[in-house]
Amino acid sequence: MGKTITEKIIAAHTDHDEVHAGQYVYANVDICLGNDITAPIAINEFYGAGLKKVFDPDKIVLIPDHFTPNKDVKSAQQVKALRDFSKKFGIKHYYDVGRVGVEHALLPEQGIVGPGDLIIGADSHTCTYGALGALSTGVGSTDLAACFATGKVWFKVPETINFVLSGKPGKWVGGKDIILYIIGKIGVNGALYNAMEFTGDTIPHLSIDDRMTICNMAIEAGAKNGIIGFDDCTKDYVDGRTERDYKVFQSDSDCVYKETIQIDVGSIAPQIALPDLPENTKPVDEVTNVKIDQVIIGSCTNGRISDLRIAADVIKGKKVAPSIRLIVIPATQDIYKQALKEGLLETFIEAEAAVSTPTCGPCLGGHMGILAEGESALSTTNRNFVGRMGHPDSKIYLCNPAVAAASAVTGKITHPDNC
Amino acid sequence: MNGKCWKFKDNINTDEIIPARYLNTSDEAELAKHCMEDADAGFVEKISKGDIIVADENFGCGSSREHAPIAIKAAGLSCVIAKSFARIFFRNSINIGLPIFECKEAVDGISEGDEVEVDIANGKITNHSTGKNYGAEPYPQELREIIDAGGLMNYVKQKVSA
Ligand code: SF4
Repeated sequence: MGKTITEKIIAAHTDHDEVHAGQYVYANVDICLGNDITAPIAINEFYGAGLKKVFDPDKIVLIPDHFTPNKDVKSAQQVKALRDFSKKFGIKHYYDVGRVGVEHALLPEQGIVGPGDLIIGADSHTCTYGALGALSTGVGSTDLAACFATGKVWFKVPETINFVLSGKPGKWVGGKDIILYIIGKIGVNGALYNAMEFTGDTIPHLSIDDRMTICNMAIEAGAKNGIIGFDDCTKDYVDGRTERDYKVFQSDSDCVYKETIQIDVGSIAPQIALPDLPENTKPVDEVTNVKIDQVIIGSCTNGRISDLRIAADVIKGKKVAPSIRLIVIPATQDIYKQALKEGLLETFIEAEAAVSTPTCGPCLGGHMGILAEGESALSTTNRNFVGRMGHPDSKIYLCNPAVAAASAVTGKITHPDNC
Repeated sequence: MNGKCWKFKDNINTDEIIPARYLNTSDEAELAKHCMEDADAGFVEKISKGDIIVADENFGCGSSREHAPIAIKAAGLSCVIAKSFARIFFRNSINIGLPIFECKEAVDGISEGDEVEVDIANGKITNHSTGKNYGAEPYPQELREIIDAGGLMNYVKQKVSA
């Protein structure tokens, strides 16, 4: 019986020749990741358990991206815990302000993760790297603490749902619309505990950035991981970039999927997720007269260079509506530099947007654009939960960067064709 | 253990369990003060030690923050019974030693305020207010070892020193 990519990658990281869905295993990780919210707890637990050695300082990645540049004393203390731990154990991948970026944009960009890897991160959007044909999944701080010492993690091998994407995405439709559409269809627990594999003739039309956006939000359907098989596009992206040799796994033609779901990508319109769950999706044309106060373009979902290009293209020569605060946050320092070089940042600033240094910032209501009571934001981020971006009585709408830019210009949720 | 039940709907997410505005600390007592704040403001004032959260599907969805089960445990709640759990919340709870049980029938058979007893080792749930009993799915062997060790770090300590 054939195996899925997810089963093959897990098996390759255990002592088993093969594994099957439902089996519990201990697997060796290639990379484990923590950030300034989750790693301080892991570090405390590591020391608290009397552990003295890390399994491999080259395989631990610590990224202070959430509250940086530090917003207050407490968050400064948290980042200091990461910095001190990194120094003490010679952690290779620690990035401080001026070099840091949002973790899930930074790791693929810096070649820290690659195809065939098994990666865990104490951050739910670790599933992003499935775009490279890796198995990556979010865990908690205790998992990370244990992994610091052992390099291992416990797993239940997931069943896989095959999403067969067909057709070419229309104008203004990107990875964000595809994944929002899918979550709207299956719900926020539609893939609970499962792997989401994306296949079909749409895949070659999707850039690595689009694929990362899609896999990034697999967790928003409750999935363990999102994954897309390796192809020429993956090869172009990873060759010369990944720091370790990589290995390619593909699902067998006779592998067992829990379910196969057909998605006609050709007919998907740009999507909006209405408050307060990512499953409340509608085509943007059906969301009329929704006034907003703030627009965010950034995050591990849509803060990459292609996202900034799309947004700048829509906004060029126009001004942000007087009622709107537009905040643009390139996800990493390299993206920031590239956007600077291409004149994108100038476009945003001329349009009267605020452009921030890389940070998670408002995505999780941390800093750099918190909402007041009764306010609404339109955001290219991935979650629109109650209170996520500030006051519990504020609202968040999710969308792609083109819709975000168009709406920033008009002051209400707008299709990019109408701006 | 015995406790009064507090019921919640589907898809209670980690931002509701412990809002991100409190994540600049990992102090348990501090997190406990804000447990469930955005799902039910004032929740921590009305609960007593040993009380139980009972929720519908996908409890704990959203972020990987371990602060969520920590806040629940530190607030003195004894366990969570739900129809299903989000997977990272599930593993975090096992790893930190917060007992959680998946049991659809129990959730449907328990009303807010019911007095419920839970036999943690065997997953036996007794609703003293109605007299009904329920059995939650027992944990697989691999997870039992972690639970029996008192959480993942204790388990790792044993392994590393063995
Ligand atoms: S950008 Fe948002 S979703 Fe992504 S890692 Fe940061 S806080 Fe999490």
